[in-house]
Amino acid sequence: MRALALLLAIAGGWEAYVHIGHVDELLLPAPSAIAQALVDDRALLWSNFAVTAREIGLGLAAALVLGLACAIAIHLSRPLRQALYPLLVTSQTIPIPIIAPLLVVWFGYELTPKIVIVALVCFFPIVVPTLDALDRTDADLRKLMRSFGASRWQTFRLVEAPAALPGLVTGAKLSLAFAAIAAILAEWSGSENGLGHLVLQALPNFETARAYAAVLILALFSVALFAALSLAERRLLPWAHPHRSRGTTP
Amino acid sequence: MQTRMTAPPEAPATDIGIDAVRLHRVDKVFAPARRGATAVTALKGVSLRAAPGEIVAVVGPSGCGKTTLLELVCGLTEPDAGTIEAQPAALMAQRDLLLPWAGAADNAALALRVNGVDRREARERATALLEDFGLHGFMQARPHELSGGMRQRVAFARTLLAGRPLLCLDEPFAALDALTRQDMQDWLAEALRADPRTVVLVTHDVEEAMVLADRVVVLSPRPGRVVATIAVDIARPRVRTDPQLVALRAQALEELRA
Repeated sequence: MRALALLLAIAGGWEAYVHIGHVDELLLPAPSAIAQALVDDRALLWSNFAVTAREIGLGLAAALVLGLACAIAIHLSRPLRQALYPLLVTSQTIPIPIIAPLLVVWFGYELTPKIVIVALVCFFPIVVPTLDALDRTDADLRKLMRSFGASRWQTFRLVEAPAALPGLVTGAKLSLAFAAIAAILAEWSGSENGLGHLVLQALPNFETARAYAAVLILALFSVALFAALSLAERRLLPWAHPHRSRGTTP
Repeated sequence: MQTRMTAPPEAPATDIGIDAVRLHRVDKVFAPARRGATAVTALKGVSLRAAPGEIVAVVGPSGCGKTTLLELVCGLTEPDAGTIEAQPAALMAQRDLLLPWAGAADNAALALRVNGVDRREARERATALLEDFGLHGFMQARPHELSGGMRQRVAFARTLLAGRPLLCLDEPFAALDALTRQDMQDWLAEALRADPRTVVLVTHDVEEAMVLADRVVVLSPRPGRVVATIAVDIARPRVRTDPQLVALRAQALEELRA
């Protein structure tokens, strides 16, 4: 609520600044002009948003599946940890903007390179917290499982995997923030539609308000995804934040 | 009886099958944690036995290797010298180690699940036991919604349901406040009367040992050696103010200080 009030105050100040300062609307459109663009260009914005949302959604899904699989593999196998983890860290030093055009050359202008780029960017932030959570499973709990005669797999399934879920959610939250940036970057490297493409097209055509409208939609989408994930976390993993729920300690 | 032997097998094998637990001159040395540090001898020449159905308490100062002793009995670690023979054991640690995402019934059922019992049957058996333990209405409650005493009861139920003839209890009530601890000691004495098992109970609380055990073994400071064995022939249920219990308690404390 306070964040909303602050946002309204900023928008108000922005609006006033543009009007009182007689700022050229090509340089900085007023919030009212952006709102107008949202209404006028809604069909255009919507169809391009659908493209970008798909890229983000599929890229994130791919990153989640691969990241989870990778974290589990590294956690369970020492040789894989030694072989894979250093490469994984090194891979993060490769600047994605440089390889993005290459991926476009390989995979074309369609959906595939976008999914690959989003997945590449989001993969690492998912692996690290998940692996960390798996590795941090209470050593005494592992000992207890061993005293019950549990197999490695049983310990993983009954103890480690559930314990790592909050880590996975944290990773997903982190990668959400990067996913939109990655999708836009991918579109700028070569595409025929999407919100990033729309922004690139709008600026030379002096449609600054439309570009801002595209940015606004993307930001709202990310916030909505983040909120949905937080809600799911509170619903499905209430034990991960016991202090947040009402205590019923008798 | 399932036994585990470790070299050198110098123990006379005459009375295997009579004892549920038998340690013979066991040493345990921990390798230095880092270069330059010295190795730590946790246990030195410890011999200990428990007959089936007997409750043996091991008391000693902090750091005398009590927890190591239980890990040896449970087969979680191997001795550096001496032999250990023990029936299959279930360990109950000082911390309750309940799974924070699981309700009380599912937590108590953990060992059953490990043993391959399907989820529904495991939950039913756990629920039945927890009802006996006074946790009616808390089957779905997660650990953070339970009191400290309740959590220990769930942990004890889980240990019992592991189905092992031998229970290794590692300071099970150390984390509780004094009053709850006394209640839980009385409760455990009763629970063990209802479902007798061989118990090795490790504690630094001498009174707890006297209230619960048939025999109390006193360990020295590190390296842990057995300095005294005290038989507690007091009828149950025991009262803490019983003059005989008080006298034995004083005797154990004296041995600890010696």
